[in-house]
Amino acid sequence: MATESSKTSVLGGVDEGHLDLVTSPHSHFGWSTGRIMWTVSAALVPCVATAVWFFGFGVLATIAGAILGAAGTEWLVGRLNRRAETIPDGSAILTGLLLGLVVPPGFSPFMAFIGGVVAVGIGKIAFGGLGDNIFNPALVGRAFLQASFPAQMTDWSHATSRVDAISQATPLGLYKFGDPSQFAGDIATQKLLLGEVGGCIGATSSTAILIGAAILLITRIAHWQIMASMILGGLVFGGIFHVSGIGPSPLFHVLAGGFLFGAVFMATDYVTSPNTPVGMWIYGGGIALLTILIRLFGGLPEGVMYAILLMNATVPLINRHTRPALFGAK
Amino acid sequence: MAKKQVSIGNEFVKGLWDQNPVLRALLGLCPVLAVTTSAVNGLGMGLATTFVLVCASLIISLARKLIPAQVRIASFIVVIATFVTIVDLTMKAKFPALSKSLGAFIPLIVVNCLILGRQEAFASKNNPFRSLVDALGMGAGFAATLTVLGGIRELLGNRTVFGVQILPDVWEPWIVMILPAGAFLTLGLMLGAANLISRRRERIAVRMARAAALNERTV
Repeated sequence: MATESSKTSVLGGVDEGHLDLVTSPHSHFGWSTGRIMWTVSAALVPCVATAVWFFGFGVLATIAGAILGAAGTEWLVGRLNRRAETIPDGSAILTGLLLGLVVPPGFSPFMAFIGGVVAVGIGKIAFGGLGDNIFNPALVGRAFLQASFPAQMTDWSHATSRVDAISQATPLGLYKFGDPSQFAGDIATQKLLLGEVGGCIGATSSTAILIGAAILLITRIAHWQIMASMILGGLVFGGIFHVSGIGPSPLFHVLAGGFLFGAVFMATDYVTSPNTPVGMWIYGGGIALLTILIRLFGGLPEGVMYAILLMNATVPLINRHTRPALFGAK
Repeated sequence: MAKKQVSIGNEFVKGLWDQNPVLRALLGLCPVLAVTTSAVNGLGMGLATTFVLVCASLIISLARKLIPAQVRIASFIVVIATFVTIVDLTMKAKFPALSKSLGAFIPLIVVNCLILGRQEAFASKNNPFRSLVDALGMGAGFAATLTVLGGIRELLGNRTVFGVQILPDVWEPWIVMILPAGAFLTLGLMLGAANLISRRRERIAVRMARAAALNERTV
């Protein structure tokens, strides 16, 4: 009831026959869940567009599979539980869209569908639905896909790309498993910015992601602290290691792989990120540090997903310890 | 005690569902999660545990008046360990492949809390026949749950059940299902389903009771 009534009334009062008690202070953002979710989806349009441009129309089938799995599960469970319709609020569709953007181009739409089902079914509904999930649902789906289909999830060669050079190993893969001296000439920062590199569907072009970030920041949907702390953290921690002779330049850390996509679209999820500004800085910095540790010392070339999932788990703790003192309290 | 009123049939059936050791009591989860990578492993583990449980329950129940209360746990463990050793050596001799894939979890049946729990809660307080039936029911519930869990994981993770291919080759195996994460996911979903079913049964029982009460009044 609490979430439902907070949507309809801000000040409290008798609402639809039941007394609506809301403790102060409140300032309602004025946006419904649906409007937020659809705006985030709109902010992802540049990513989808660049993905189609670089990898061909095949990526749309993968994305559609993920959306179908996520929204279909939401609809079916809502039906079985006789709950109010939750599809129009767009959260399940957004989960599917995000999941579809963080798998390799040429990924089977059916597998993406399975990922969507797991993302919403296990990542969200099993915990009690929107607002009660501990972990970012899209990343739960991706973690499941990564563990289920490790070969397909790291196969970057299927992209029917118009640029031949990008149907090869990702920059991070080249750095980790290839010859590090070779990569410096191969992958220039400019390429990373434009997106002419191998990688997940939506994460290839840093510019497209930054356009999405601008939309989220201008509409004040995403908290700038999370994005800023994660990117600054990436630069600082990456820089510390780079200066001590370990790993690539900090700029490469931030621009390559899923770092920016994670910072802009995954880490900023309301439900699974801290509520307090101080907490957001801890959270973003923690994700950046874990990502770089996994990239440099772990067995995987990329660690953004596990870093965000791990920090998701610490959010209740962060919230509790960064809660501001009550007014008038010692 | 109220226990005397429970019929022998119920003593067996309760282990299958109402007091299912895995789905209702959440006992012995370590082997449940660790060895159920296939239906055969699940069934093998279930039967081995059942054998130990039945034999130990029988012996403990026969000796229940001889065992001093202060050392009962130690006595239970000695009896259980004897039968675990028998199972371990028999499986090594007769089913070396299964024994190898279950590995350390056969000797670890000694510390399965399901077995010790039944000795403490049932066999040490009831006559041998009742204890035997109780152990058989609990063992059957345990073995059936492990087999279903192993079957689901084997089906999705390897396309087969009991080694027979069920899903077509186009089905890409979900590797996660035969990894530890798959055990947690499958068991979690099974627990959820069990809760759903028992809640529905409770609701039906309440409705029936209400209808019966109403009938009585009108008659």
